[in-house]
Amino acid sequence: MSVRRLAEDTVQPASFAFSKENAAWAEATINKYPKGREQSAIIPLLMRAQEQDGWVTRAAIESIADMLGMAYIRALEVATFYTQFQLKPVGSRAHVQVCGTTPCMLRGAEDLIKVCKKKIAAEPFTLNASGTLSWEEVECQGACVNAPMVMIFKDAYEDLTAERLEEIIDGFDAGKGAEIEPGPQIDRIYSAPEGGLTTLQLVEAPQKTKAPVRASKAKAEQAVSVPPSNAAKPETAADVTNPALKTPATAKKAAAKNAKAEGETVDKSKPAKKPR
Amino acid sequence: MLRDEDRIFTNIYGLKDRSLKGAMSRGHWDGTKELLEKGRDWIINEVKASGLRGRGGAGFPTGLKWSFMPKESDGRPHYLVVNADESEPGTCKDRDIMRHDPHTLIEGCVIASFAMGAHAAYIYVRGEFIREREALQAAIDECYDYGLLGKNNKLGYDIDVFVHHGAGAYICGEETALLESLEGKKGQPRLKPPFPANMGLYGCPTTVNNVESIAVTPTILRRGAGWYTSFGRPNNHGTKLYSVSGHVNRPCTVEDAMSIPFHELIDKHCGGIRGGWDNLLAVIPGGSSVPCVPGAQMKDAVMDYDGLRELGSGLGTAAVIVMDKSTDIIKAIWRLSAFYKHESCGQCTPCREGTGWMMRVMERMVQGRAQKREIDMLFDVTKQVEGHTICALGDAAAWPIQGLIKHFRPEMEKRIDEYTRNATSHGAVLEAAE
Repeated sequence: MSVRRLAEDTVQPASFAFSKENAAWAEATINKYPKGREQSAIIPLLMRAQEQDGWVTRAAIESIADMLGMAYIRALEVATFYTQFQLKPVGSRAHVQVCGTTPCMLRGAEDLIKVCKKKIAAEPFTLNASGTLSWEEVECQGACVNAPMVMIFKDAYEDLTAERLEEIIDGFDAGKGAEIEPGPQIDRIYSAPEGGLTTLQLVEAPQKTKAPVRASKAKAEQAVSVPPSNAAKPETAADVTNPALKTPATAKKAAAKNAKAEGETVDKSKPAKKPR
Repeated sequence: MLRDEDRIFTNIYGLKDRSLKGAMSRGHWDGTKELLEKGRDWIINEVKASGLRGRGGAGFPTGLKWSFMPKESDGRPHYLVVNADESEPGTCKDRDIMRHDPHTLIEGCVIASFAMGAHAAYIYVRGEFIREREALQAAIDECYDYGLLGKNNKLGYDIDVFVHHGAGAYICGEETALLESLEGKKGQPRLKPPFPANMGLYGCPTTVNNVESIAVTPTILRRGAGWYTSFGRPNNHGTKLYSVSGHVNRPCTVEDAMSIPFHELIDKHCGGIRGGWDNLLAVIPGGSSVPCVPGAQMKDAVMDYDGLRELGSGLGTAAVIVMDKSTDIIKAIWRLSAFYKHESCGQCTPCREGTGWMMRVMERMVQGRAQKREIDMLFDVTKQVEGHTICALGDAAAWPIQGLIKHFRPEMEKRIDEYTRNATSHGAVLEAAE
């Protein structure tokens, strides 16, 4: 358990209100839950309040509790239990959340923490001199195959080195955070192995190989009554297996004409797609 | 190795079209209506026959879990809750399903909800997965627009799928804590019984399943239980998303067959162990909650529930954390203890106090600032935490330390010896006691 307290009264704003857009969103969110169960919406609402104000204020907790018809203590419990809620103001341009759990630690998260200590503040949850940056060490963020990583607001920056993190922090401090591409910071596709796929390699090829597949599918739709060819047909003395026998497979033209004339084998309810 | 055509998550790396149209072109949502028309019993029996075991860590048979739901509603609605609170250190498989292949999950929700008579499904996504949640919500919106979800949809079964999210609490991955959280409370696990199948979300019958368990079911039903059981050893059938992190040359998430040998998984997909196989120290094969296994035993290990249980560990979520010989194993396990201390919900005393105590003792073990007898005491305390709490977090906190003591006790003693030697060099003076 971690002990979490609300911020000092001196920094708490007097009131809280959702912006117009967020209020409409909140209404829709509350409606996702059955009647009488509005309390379910507290976590999403608090999260939206945090997005709006940067942190969760006492006023926000209380006004959301009022919206949902909850006792204040129930809402305060939730706000202090879940560690993603920032109960104190954090950096306005970036709050760097460094994952420090074992998988990230094994790949160098400690160096990232050193960078944060050097560039932002010696202690977590402390604003830097200009109030634009802060950092904290968080527990597993669920991007372990892309370790080490940091999360800044909504985006994860993965496969980091200490140098790259310095650049990222500088970028955010300069107000150019949006220009930094989130995700893996090395030449790598999401969680795929670096340097090339080991599975599902036909990714680009289907565009080329798929064309004939599609064509044959179209053919099959055109003449529904054409049965499968002789491939893999058992050889027996029965008349039907005699290769000399005229079948729709061997006499396609006649079969197609047949199908057109009678039409009963073509399913009219599903019109065959035009071949591309 | 599993062939590409047998992979269920064909867009796990997000390189193909992620839209509904793209998913349909890859065979998802194909004949879903016909599958539903075969009836609840058929679906449950087919899932049972496929031998699918829950992919969230415990490995409970999914079909059996579904069959616990009441057959007839007693007036209370039924709910399906999908556990997407993936927070086990090492695990990042559900993330890729949600952001790149969300339609497997949504279709699975429809089928599973139908099989248990639920008309509403909640997907509880962990709070940190913001972009993943957005991708999933976008996919759900697409399905509503296309008429696959909602009332009077094309499938002929009314079903609503909602995305809910948490706010950074590992404990909410436990099913009853998740339900508490979904009800807007602190995520503290409930006592069982009553089980969620009788008294779950809002006091109604509920089934909680992992994302991967739900997402694989449509493909299993389409291709048949026989196809699914053709992979893996008996009792461990199917395919599995492995996420390999730590000291391998190329960490990745990859889908492969169950019961794949460990060395094949590492060599084929991850480019081998950093520094070669001789450099392998230890492996945590199933996410942080399972005990570590020394490298020598691990090389030929079979990656499935039974194979790893024989080694005194477990498959868990198949999140493989590899550690080479540069690792300070005691520190690695201490960091996990710190994780569990941070994530304990504070409800049961053995866990609330025990996790902190274990972390502090481990901290001294890292430095070697301890007595050797304290190793036994630490082991004894882990045994007292294990099994004495409402949920399994107490067990999960105890097992990594037990694994460490079992396999790396000499390392811990060496650390203590070294500290003592250092202590004397700038403290007490060694003198013959004559």
